[in-house]
Amino acid sequence: MSQNPASVPEVTVRNLTMAYGDFVLQRNLSFQINRGDIFVVMGGSGCGKSTLMRHLIGLNDPVEGEILYGDESFTRAEPERRERMLRGVGVLYQSGALWSSMTLAENVGLVLGEFTDLGPDEIRDVASLKLALVGLKGFEDFYPSEISGGMQKRAGLARAMSLDPKMLFIDEPSAGLDPISSRLLDDLILELRDSLGTTVVVVTHELASIFAIGNNSVFLDAESRTMIAQGPPTELRDHSDNPKVRSFLHRGEHQVMGSENG
Amino acid sequence: MTAVESIGTAAIEHRQDGALVIRLAGSWQLRGSRPSLAGLERELDTLPPLGTVAFDTSELTEWDSGLLTAVAMVFESCTRRRLNVDRSGLPEGVRRLLALAEAVPEKTDARTSEMEVPFLNRVGSIYLSAYDSVSEMLAFMGAVTLVFGKFLAGKARYRKSDLLLLVQQAGLEALAIVAIVSFLMGLILAFVGAIQLQAFGATIYVADLVGIAMVRDMGALMTGIIMAGRTGAAYAAQLGSMKVTQEIDALATSGVSPMEFLVLPRVIALVLMMPLLTVYADFVGILGGAVVGLTMLDLSPLTYYQQTVNALSFGALAGGVFKGSVYGALVAVSGCMRGMQSGRSASSVGDAATSAVVTGIVAIIAACGLFSVVFYILGF
Ligand SMILES: Nc1ncnc2c1ncn2[C@@H]1O[C@H](COP(=O)(O)OP(=O)(O)OP(=O)(O)O)[C@@H](O)[C@H]1O
Ligand SMILES: [Mg+2]
Repeated sequence: MSQNPASVPEVTVRNLTMAYGDFVLQRNLSFQINRGDIFVVMGGSGCGKSTLMRHLIGLNDPVEGEILYGDESFTRAEPERRERMLRGVGVLYQSGALWSSMTLAENVGLVLGEFTDLGPDEIRDVASLKLALVGLKGFEDFYPSEISGGMQKRAGLARAMSLDPKMLFIDEPSAGLDPISSRLLDDLILELRDSLGTTVVVVTHELASIFAIGNNSVFLDAESRTMIAQGPPTELRDHSDNPKVRSFLHRGEHQVMGSENG
Repeated sequence: MTAVESIGTAAIEHRQDGALVIRLAGSWQLRGSRPSLAGLERELDTLPPLGTVAFDTSELTEWDSGLLTAVAMVFESCTRRRLNVDRSGLPEGVRRLLALAEAVPEKTDARTSEMEVPFLNRVGSIYLSAYDSVSEMLAFMGAVTLVFGKFLAGKARYRKSDLLLLVQQAGLEALAIVAIVSFLMGLILAFVGAIQLQAFGATIYVADLVGIAMVRDMGALMTGIIMAGRTGAAYAAQLGSMKVTQEIDALATSGVSPMEFLVLPRVIALVLMMPLLTVYADFVGILGGAVVGLTMLDLSPLTYYQQTVNALSFGALAGGVFKGSVYGALVAVSGCMRGMQSGRSASSVGDAATSAVVTGIVAIIAACGLFSVVFYILGF
């Protein structure tokens, strides 16, 4: 519940190389995500952001390099150990990935039933609260196919939050959302960090949201196949010496580069 | 991470100004133990309308969604009773998170939970759905026929490579299972027949029995049933999961008819392959019968062969093959139909596959009965 205590590393990535078969996506990624960070992963479409997230949660294995949770190696951990390490982690997938044959309340409640002693009524209450937090109060008994794409995304976030994880991985939360809902989502992410001390890793292209919530970031580049910048997004926008990064953070409007102060 | 034992407590007291104070203390966490606030409801009833409920959290140590949920429930109870809530005693974070939870109003016209359906209603709806399923099948067959007409006129849009792949899956890849089943089928027929015929010393007629049974009916029937379980189910699952991911909608909105693009090649593949598989099954079944004839009954290969050839006629073979292609069409149509009707969830794809097999087999058996009557009347 405290504000970021100075730099306690939550996840450390060391010299990571990611590849699908022979196709190397990114190499030499090294960065650190601290407790209480809202860490933004940026980069053009197809550069490997979602893949990076899959590596961080152990769905893909690094070709080279290592990922540490705290000061323990996640990459080299035994499967059972990994599973325990991931207990405190919630994930929102880019496609929502809701379980299609369960209602929203059941989607959110499934892990509550597995990992807590809560009774069915309590689980339902917690699920309702989580759905209310993402603006879906009253949709408990709907099936994923009966709600819109943006709503599925939000329901996916409610599911990721169900166990009050200490780390949240979110892949493009605001894709498909209107500006108001997108703003509410940003507020929610900030609030989760401030009140519950959640560390958030978020993949997003939404500039407004990047600057509003991100306090640290990494920028992946598809062409050079590595990270070309890291640091607080506003600082990168104003002071980065890499034209690609500045252009990205200014939506390609070159003329304003370097002319303002945060 | 969490404390070994996290215990939350709640106490209720009336303040001098008439407000009800809920005192929350200790650690309120999802994974710890928390008191239920059921007793609170009664206390709330004692308050006059527009009374006030306040919180005291000075002794609260840790909290997470466990507390949020409990407080949200209290808010709701208070709103229902028109009581005022003084939130100032709550931790800042709780207030802000609950404000976020209230930012979007509740959807009120949500569905009610399902009701218990009376027995007669259920019987009625089973009957109606069986009736519907026959008319759906006829309608779907009609649609397939129209598309088939387009195909014959060379105007149907589908990919040749899809068709070839489907032909391979429905034909070549089914050879092994068809062989095993028909071989055993022939063996069993011969075995059962031999025991009866031995009583009359007429064991040579085992060859007639197996040959006629396999060629006229059993070859096509068994192959049809195998294909219903194998290929019909696969078709339903393929089309059903395309339905889930909206691929079928995407085809339709791109101006490509899913009937032409997806259903037609599947029907063609099965209608083409089933006659071939039937002939193959007939042959392997007769071989199975011969194994019994040669080993158990000591018939010579030549006699068995000649007896079989004499028993069979071209008409019987053609009839069997014709039945085979009809069964193939039925299996393909029921598989594709159930797939196209599938809902948009993982379990409805499973249901689609199951009901494709059931529909396919029922249709085959019904057709088999019909053929027997018609062929008898025609004197085949
Ligand atoms: N399972 C896979 N097998 C092979 N290549 C893959 C696989 N998944 C993704 N890729 C490739 O990896 C690259 C990066 O994919 P990824 O999904 O990580 O991109 P992304 O940065 O998240 O893009 P976006 O912003 O569009 O979501 C893409 O070029 C894609 O073709
Ligand atoms: Mg992605």
